[in-house]
Amino acid sequence: MCKDCGCGLPGEHPAGISAHHHDHDHGHHHLHDHPHPHTHPHGETDAGQPHAATAGAHRVLEVRQAILEKNDRLAERNRGFFRARGLLVLNVLSSPGSGKTTFIRETIRALGKRLKTGVIVGDLATDNDAQRLRESGAPVVQITTGTVCHLEAEMVARALQQLDLNGLDLLIIENVGNLVCPASYDLGEDLRVVLLSVTEGEDKPLKYPPMFQSAGATVVSKTDLASACDHDRAAALANLRRLAPKARVFETSAKTGAGMNAWCEFLIEQHQALKARDPLGN
Amino acid sequence: MHELSIMQNALDQVLEQARRAGAGRVHAIRLRIGALSGVVPDALQFAFEALADGTPAEGARLIIEDVPARFWCAPCHREFEAARMFAECPACHCPSGELRAGREMELTSLEVD
Repeated sequence: MCKDCGCGLPGEHPAGISAHHHDHDHGHHHLHDHPHPHTHPHGETDAGQPHAATAGAHRVLEVRQAILEKNDRLAERNRGFFRARGLLVLNVLSSPGSGKTTFIRETIRALGKRLKTGVIVGDLATDNDAQRLRESGAPVVQITTGTVCHLEAEMVARALQQLDLNGLDLLIIENVGNLVCPASYDLGEDLRVVLLSVTEGEDKPLKYPPMFQSAGATVVSKTDLASACDHDRAAALANLRRLAPKARVFETSAKTGAGMNAWCEFLIEQHQALKARDPLGN
Repeated sequence: MHELSIMQNALDQVLEQARRAGAGRVHAIRLRIGALSGVVPDALQFAFEALADGTPAEGARLIIEDVPARFWCAPCHREFEAARMFAECPACHCPSGELRAGREMELTSLEVD
């Protein structure tokens, strides 16, 4: 950090590498935050500037490694495990209160015997969601994350040990209600499903682009409340398409059952496609 | 708040790399962070200051290179930088489902002695 201008302090340079130069009262100027090691030709020792005097002796270690490499690796391991069992796996994401739990419970009910389903549900605290989901008759494992605002691949791997997967076709992972952090963590799922309830405002996809951009399918939930919320359907659909043009969009009401058939048919198709890809035909 | 755990992951990698290289101190850390990674560079800086305390990386410069979101437009046969992260080609307005860059969260390099 430069003690004259204080650059390098948190919040100073959001872009980080915005190199700049300026005059110092000790009579030289230099670039900050530039992407190569350097030496200062004048040989002075600026106490307190760790990079100044000894920079010439620094070694550069090239790393080029994903920061979440460990999670990515564990997610791939989960994916291989799921693939070997012919399990279709969904990672269901939304802000808190968008109706994930009810949507999942009603999905299981609507699927009936067509796809046998298990659930892993993540929350910071309580097993209330697990209890609600058990009303569907499906096996459910609750992960309580404590203070962690998202699920990670390792948590899912641990939860799997408590779930009897024999005979299951579909595993639904209900992530922690949060539209930011879970976007960064691959769990090994086949499909990310992002919910947008009609009560949230049509511009939510624009406010949380990374999450919606990563969606494999999107669900507009609670459509039974649309008129009470003055929901602008066309705007919501247009915003979803702008962020995730390839994602299939479903409009559902878990309460009335509207749209649930199309959603379930889609899941059955996805499961059949997965089976067709499996060379063992398990 | 997940910047804290992401920075902890990065710092673990930094310290492991430095240890393997027999380095004494870490002077600079370079990261590449994509516009669609869901991570805020400012929050990473803040988390780094807190986490690096008392480690060989204390006082190191954290240099974050922003990687803009880039998509591939098949009809135009070219890459475009996403405005407001919309996957929509500015030339033909076709939506693109092919993200080419923008999800990066990468530890690029370190400066050590």
